[in-house]
Amino acid sequence: MKTLAVLEQRDGALRKVSFEVVTAAGRLGGGGGGGAVDAVVCSSAGIEGCATAIAERAKSGGYGAVVFAATATGKDLAPRVAAKLGVGVATDVTDLSVDGDTVIATRPVYAGKAMLKVRVLGKPAVISVRPSVFMPPPDAKASQVKPESLSVASPGRVVVREIKAAPAGTLDVAEAQVIISGGRGLKDPANFKVLEELARAFGGKAAVGASRAVVDAGWRAHADQVGQTGKTVSPSLYIAVGISGAIQHLAGMRTSKVIVAINKDKDAPIFKVADYGVVGDLFEIVPKLTEEIRKLHG
Amino acid sequence: MKIAVCIKRVPDSETRVKISADGKSIDEAGVKFIMNPYDEFAVEEALRRKEKAGTGEVTVFCLGPAAAQETIRTALATGADRGVLLQVDKPPTDPFEAAKLIAAELKAGGTWDLILFGRMAIDDYNTQVGTLVAELLGLPCVTAVSHLDIDGTKGVAEREIEGGIEVVDFSLPAVLTTDKGLNEPRYPALKGIMAAKKKPLEVKPVQPGGGAFEVVALTPPPERKEGRIVGEGAGAVGELVRLLREEAKVL
Repeated sequence: MKTLAVLEQRDGALRKVSFEVVTAAGRLGGGGGGGAVDAVVCSSAGIEGCATAIAERAKSGGYGAVVFAATATGKDLAPRVAAKLGVGVATDVTDLSVDGDTVIATRPVYAGKAMLKVRVLGKPAVISVRPSVFMPPPDAKASQVKPESLSVASPGRVVVREIKAAPAGTLDVAEAQVIISGGRGLKDPANFKVLEELARAFGGKAAVGASRAVVDAGWRAHADQVGQTGKTVSPSLYIAVGISGAIQHLAGMRTSKVIVAINKDKDAPIFKVADYGVVGDLFEIVPKLTEEIRKLHG
Repeated sequence: MKIAVCIKRVPDSETRVKISADGKSIDEAGVKFIMNPYDEFAVEEALRRKEKAGTGEVTVFCLGPAAAQETIRTALATGADRGVLLQVDKPPTDPFEAAKLIAAELKAGGTWDLILFGRMAIDDYNTQVGTLVAELLGLPCVTAVSHLDIDGTKGVAEREIEGGIEVVDFSLPAVLTTDKGLNEPRYPALKGIMAAKKKPLEVKPVQPGGGAFEVVALTPPPERKEGRIVGEGAGAVGELVRLLREEAKVL
């Protein structure tokens, strides 16, 4: 199936998730019928202009599928493009295959409490893929991905004026390979520094997340919230600290590859989804863990 | 200001999902339904905009089964003026079909200064009906709005993106989808609940098209393999790190 991969860039560089979009698109290409993957990127601040340019490219290229990343940008852009193509989007897809000339997509629904498998009959199939799921093979070279830069005729009525970047060095939870999340067990917002130190020990690939309880209490920003009304994440390592594991929280992190729970209550539900649990006082356990991780990365 | 708010009736976030016998939908027996939490921000924003303007009307639209009248009444109880239920047996699986029905109804209602949706529904996670409706109506759309300023027909919205906040200029009339952080939704007061019973609620049966998403199966998520407690206290950290390195291979 001939597939169009819509990539993302910021500050002139392709974002990591773009390589995942190419990987997912390649999965469709592998289904037979000549599997070329074309990649495009639109860097205009005019959101409507980009949607029009992508839709026109999708129409003229005769694609069987158009693949986006299910990021804030992709979730905004994909339905605009899909509507212009007369179809809906299969959003936040975690598994993809091709059956004949149709795409079969699996996606989490009901906050990850169920998986919905659908046959996408729309032509083209428009899909957005969940970040950190379709990982490129280790030998893939970023330099091999050379997207065509789409030009925009008119920016349209919705234009990005500026991006207020998070402070340098802060990694978004949706993009981190390692997430250390804190909940009520931290007892005080100032105590999150214990988690921030652990995150730093991972040398730039870890972010600090938060449960809904501490976000609602105003201890942490909503951008850091993991769960049903926050972000859904799939890092390679998720460390839940002082989080009991309410169903809304589990919804946001249960697809993490490895889950570690640190909690003083041995009966906390978080231990039911954790691969490894440590019971006890987080203020003793986390600093010790930070010291051990520093040694490894030292 | 003439404002439309589109809401959805969804299972409560605490619901334990049970798959029905057909293997394609959830068993709704015993499930408590609520207004989609993201739609509460849309309702609240509409009420605040109307209050600020000092004049206007807030109409609530819902595509759903007969029981969704209750969801609309909840919005009316917080202060919305009237409701319209686009009644279906079951909301369509294809969000484009849902968008077509909602867009047609909004178009029939004339012009709106603002059309608000929650940024996503917590049942199907489609995250697109508001945007699709905007496209079908030819209106500008800003999604996942967490901060909003409107001055006449000019708007500035903020939306969270990975690693920052995007500031977006747009023109009204527009479709906006609302995110957590935009406002603090009010609770209906007893007086509002009583008043809501007398507010107009129109029920219009509609027939969704078949759509382009054919459900193959709805299944429980893959089970995580049984985990274990490594130990207690700081003394267990050494063993934890060893396991993460040698067994899980994530360090």
